[in-house]
Amino acid sequence: MRAYARLALAGFRRHSIYRGAMFAGLATNVVFGVIRMTVLVAAVSAAGPIAGYDTATSAVYVWLGQGLLAFVVLWGDTHLAERVRTGDVVVDLYRPWHLQAALFAEDVGRAGFAVLVRLVPPVALGALLFPFRWPDPVVLPLFAVSAVLALATSFAVRFLLNASTFWLLENRGLLSVYNVLTPVLCGLAVPLDFFPGWARDALWSTPFPAMIQAPIDVFLERGSPWAVLAHQAFWAAALAALGYFVLLRAMRKVVVQGG
Amino acid sequence: MIEVRDLRREFTRTRKLGRFRRERTRVVAVDGVDLAVAAGEAVGYVGPNGAGKSTTIKVLTGVLVPTAGHVRVCGVDPARQRRELARRIGVVFGQRSQLWWDLPLAESFDLLRAVYRVPAADYARRRAECVELLELGPFLATPVRQLSLGQRMRGEITAALLHGPELLVLDEPTIGLDLESKERLREFLAELHTSRGTTVLLTTHDLDDIERLCPRLVVIDRGRVLADGPLDALRAEVSPERVLVVDLERPPAAPLDDLPGVVSVRAELGGLRQHLSFRRADTTAAALIAAVAGRAAVHDLSVEEPEIDEVVRRLYARR
Repeated sequence: MRAYARLALAGFRRHSIYRGAMFAGLATNVVFGVIRMTVLVAAVSAAGPIAGYDTATSAVYVWLGQGLLAFVVLWGDTHLAERVRTGDVVVDLYRPWHLQAALFAEDVGRAGFAVLVRLVPPVALGALLFPFRWPDPVVLPLFAVSAVLALATSFAVRFLLNASTFWLLENRGLLSVYNVLTPVLCGLAVPLDFFPGWARDALWSTPFPAMIQAPIDVFLERGSPWAVLAHQAFWAAALAALGYFVLLRAMRKVVVQGG
Repeated sequence: MIEVRDLRREFTRTRKLGRFRRERTRVVAVDGVDLAVAAGEAVGYVGPNGAGKSTTIKVLTGVLVPTAGHVRVCGVDPARQRRELARRIGVVFGQRSQLWWDLPLAESFDLLRAVYRVPAADYARRRAECVELLELGPFLATPVRQLSLGQRMRGEITAALLHGPELLVLDEPTIGLDLESKERLREFLAELHTSRGTTVLLTTHDLDDIERLCPRLVVIDRGRVLADGPLDALRAEVSPERVLVVDLERPPAAPLDDLPGVVSVRAELGGLRQHLSFRRADTTAAALIAAVAGRAAVHDLSVEEPEIDEVVRRLYARR
């Protein structure tokens, strides 16, 4: 356990080195937040609240979404995929650790740093500049749990995308499809409640809402937080288990590249 | 320490024939390799590119599951007990880094200490030893990505030794290094092997590594073991002839090819330098020198052994 804690710390340290990149990311993030905010507020103030979203709820939705997308990493990362392609993964595979757990530990460390520079600033900015709907303080710990489950789900999905390189060697096609669809499916583009009932229900039967919409719903106290947390916990566990077996199979069947 | 019997590893290669049709061919990377390495041995494992060296090493470290055969390293089955084995062996891949690219070297060491659960006292002692012998001090605080190849390699070797492995597996550790860095690394590894008794398995294309470090040589080609034995014995086997080169004060009165044990003679410098080939089975260098000295005044002499490259080349040619 200590080893994984140390790896998490290393993940935090590694990402804190690239401060410039973090701040550039933050700046882009805020600009997009302002654009999304303008569009959504224009809609809800012209037509009145849509699906329960008024200006204050919309501010929470937009700024929390902007913060969460970098915290959970909503786009497919290629760290492991790159190592599979070059064959460097051989080094990761002979360590006395479980590779999936080790990568998750590093990702938790990265996410810890992202809380400080990517999650808190946009939310604080949104809360300062716009009417902002704060929840009952007892909800905040539930939101924290939900955010961690969102991270675990996103990690599990990214791990599977990365693991696909063991077979595909080149997963960029898969990644670009993922990167286009995910913002819509997880509730970043528009709140999932804006969709017709059948589409919303269909989406909630997939893991995607667990990554963005779920923690936002917990924060906004929409519906029972327990149902939302259960959905997230289920998908995080199911996808992690799937990743576990995929890695097992990869190690049995697959060529490790290069001499 | 290492016990391999009849190891076989195949890969499936798929080739496109049409839009949907695929032809699958089996490629045999390792084809019935036997290898036994006792504790405390240093073994050189050589072979041309694609001979199956790295595949063998990946099987030995538990990264690849063998298709067939019996494999035990440190008494455990690598594929099944990969994690347990990892704590007991050290591995260095010359072409891959096991250090954290963007962290200072010292932090990689600390991380590995946690990953391998090394007791604090052992860690401090081993680390201090490596820092001193490999002169890591000046760049311990430098991020790994900024290190030169020679510096990084010294870091890699240290990283593989922090948990005090019983077996050290080195896959081309001197690749790309300059002469001085190579020499420094060899010195360190030789010291490690002799003073601490660490078992070493070394693959390399630089046969000087083997000459310096490994009394025993295993040559593999196309997935099979071509030769396995002490370097000197292999040398005697593939090239039974040695050459005595003598510089004489003046050319000999009669040709020297009638001396006992001499197979052939080549004269240079108008007879002042004589190359005498002889079989080690027939005579010794000492007896031959005495015989030459009886015929002419000797100014200087040397005995030439075939270079290790030549030995290996002949082993390949023999298949």
